[in-house]
Amino acid sequence: MSQEHVLKVENLVMHFGGIKALNDVNFDIQRGSVSALIGPNGAGKTTVFNCLTGFYKATGGKITLSAGGKETSVIKVLGEPFQPADFFSPVAFVRRLKYKMFGGSHLVNRAGLARTFQNIRLFKEMSVVENLLVAQHMRVNRSLIAGILNTKAYQKAEEEALERVFYWLGVVDLVDSANRLAGELSYGQQRRLEIARAMCTNPEIVCLDEPAAGLNPSETEALTKMIRVLRDEHNTTVLLIEHDMGMVMDISDYIVVLDHGEVIAKGGPDDIKNNPKVIAAYLGAEEDDEEVTL
Amino acid sequence: MSQAVGINFKKSSIDALIAGFLALILFGPIVGVLLDGYKFDFEFDRVAWIVAIVAVGRFAVSSFFQTEKGVAMAFRYANNNEGATVLAPNHKSKMVWIIPLVIAVGLLIPFVASKYVLTVVILGLIYVLLGLGLNIVVGLAGLLDLGFVGFYAIGAYGLALGYENLGLGFWSMLPIAAILAAVAGAILGFPVLRMHGDYLAIVTLGFGEIIRLVLTNWASFTHGPNGISAPLPTLFGLEFKRRSRDGETFHEFFNLPYDSAYKYMFIYIVLFAVVWAVLFIKHRLVKMPIGRAWEALREDEIACRSLGLNHVLVKLSAFMLGASTGGLAGVFFATYQGFINPSSFTFFESALILAIVVLGGMGSTLGVVIAAFFLTVLPEMLREFAEYRVLMFGILMVVMMIWKPRGIVRVTRTGFAPRKGAVK
Ligand SMILES: Nc1ncnc2c1ncn2[C@@H]1O[C@H](COP(=O)(O)OP(=O)(O)OP(=O)(O)O)[C@@H](O)[C@H]1O
Ligand SMILES: [Mg+2]
Repeated sequence: MSQEHVLKVENLVMHFGGIKALNDVNFDIQRGSVSALIGPNGAGKTTVFNCLTGFYKATGGKITLSAGGKETSVIKVLGEPFQPADFFSPVAFVRRLKYKMFGGSHLVNRAGLARTFQNIRLFKEMSVVENLLVAQHMRVNRSLIAGILNTKAYQKAEEEALERVFYWLGVVDLVDSANRLAGELSYGQQRRLEIARAMCTNPEIVCLDEPAAGLNPSETEALTKMIRVLRDEHNTTVLLIEHDMGMVMDISDYIVVLDHGEVIAKGGPDDIKNNPKVIAAYLGAEEDDEEVTL
Repeated sequence: MSQAVGINFKKSSIDALIAGFLALILFGPIVGVLLDGYKFDFEFDRVAWIVAIVAVGRFAVSSFFQTEKGVAMAFRYANNNEGATVLAPNHKSKMVWIIPLVIAVGLLIPFVASKYVLTVVILGLIYVLLGLGLNIVVGLAGLLDLGFVGFYAIGAYGLALGYENLGLGFWSMLPIAAILAAVAGAILGFPVLRMHGDYLAIVTLGFGEIIRLVLTNWASFTHGPNGISAPLPTLFGLEFKRRSRDGETFHEFFNLPYDSAYKYMFIYIVLFAVVWAVLFIKHRLVKMPIGRAWEALREDEIACRSLGLNHVLVKLSAFMLGASTGGLAGVFFATYQGFINPSSFTFFESALILAIVVLGGMGSTLGVVIAAFFLTVLPEMLREFAEYRVLMFGILMVVMMIWKPRGIVRVTRTGFAPRKGAVK
């Protein structure tokens, strides 16, 4: 594909009533990179993710995903309000109506963007394998007749799905827990399972919301390795939110720093490390007193 | 657990007093005041008996739970709610033996059982169908539907009205009613499935009532509260009536004396086959992508959407398949009763079906079958206590929710043998 950017965010604005969670956020994510979105608590990082993945309908701006050989406008697939012009053009009207009735965040995933959640959202009462099978819903044989009659084609599709499941369980080191309930796993295992589940949807870009939160240092190191595997062996672009600066600086090719809903800096790890604005944002209100000691 | 266990009689006495007092408040007005024409009599001794039984019972229970055995039992039950278990990949289900046995016994029933027993079993099977249908909606997809009886009514009235207006018989209405109910499910579902939990429950409750009210009030079409008669099934055109206006009857064809039990035998056999077909389809569905999607949706809708599942369509499919099963049950109910009116489709019926699903264990097929028979056949067996039916039903529900909140049968999940992983 010619596009070098898998994701383009332009002038993204998100307001919750009076709260301006995001003001004019702009950034591009290079295909095949590991990028990080950082910022103090409440900066609006998760809100950016929710806009990218279609869980929030952005108040304004443009999000373009170039994956699977086509460009998808995230805001359009969520279903926009009718415009006067639609009533004169049947094609535009039908398309708008289609997205209004059947649109939603699932189309963003189908366009090639997968995510994990800050507060883990697994299917807790289902087994680990089943969690990964659900994620392959769009890739298996969903015909009711074939399934009920258990045809050859159906069995083959299921078998392939199971092979993918065990491949990803191998990557995240959970093969031994394959037949346990997802809710019974330890916290670190649940985080890894959630990443595997996102990868089972075969995304081109995966957005991880604080994947290392609650992990111990050795688990964090394993996670770092895993993220590199995603990028190098699966050509998946990774965008992550993370508070663990050691890890962020270690794996990121590109970092976007957010504070109070605005991008205050973007660039490589070395630029960010020495950026006075970033240091000030992280130290918060004390910037006047403490600046000398830095 | 080696803590000293001695019975604290003071605590037990206080428990007993409180329970007795509550019983007094609850039963005093209900049992103690008896209407007699325009005046009423007080029946103190009845209330006193009930209160005494409750207080003594509470004392006994309270004391028991302070003994060593009681503590152990309470501990066991408190830790018994973890829900589903995953089976080993090579698990051999005992069902392989049980199912042929049940089929064999089931096929014998119509030839050995009396006509009365047969009608009770038919009713039980109809509720099995209803339970299986609602189990898809509530147990698997997690959508609380309080108006399920609406689809049941659509099936039943579909048969009766289809026969009256279009001359369609049992066999053509069986699939048509299932489709009709599914369409009704889709029409109801599409606008409301964006709602969650409580809101959905209220809307579906309204739907069930609307159907009943339409059936009651649209008298020119449905004959209103007077009801309408429904046709019997036919066996290759042979009717099960005493005399047929056109064509031959079953007993004439086979040179048998007329017996009204034949029609129940026939309904039973058809229903038995349909129930097994539905059980089989249900068994396949839960292992299929669609079944997994339903359960995933019950667990976490947001996560489902993030995985590319269209939550509206997934919910709609659950609603439609559940509704069509309800429609099938309605057809059997109408043909078995021979006559239906709107009073068979009240909210109590919806609540009963929901109770079957909850009692059986949300999502468990076996549990639903057992609970359906339990809740329909038992009240028939205990005809003498008919007035206490609802009371016993209530007590049963409360006891179940305390002792086995996850239902009688524990949900199990299929295990998968590890294999070599591969992508593409
Ligand atoms: N659904 C919502 N309704 C109202 N306000 C919201 C909503 N979601 C986020 N916000 C507000 O937007 C701001 C940014 O929140 P966000 O969750 O994006 O922060 P964050 O950068 O992810 O923080 P953290 O590092 O703690 O996860 C906060 O002030 C929050 O209160
Ligand atoms: Mg956050």
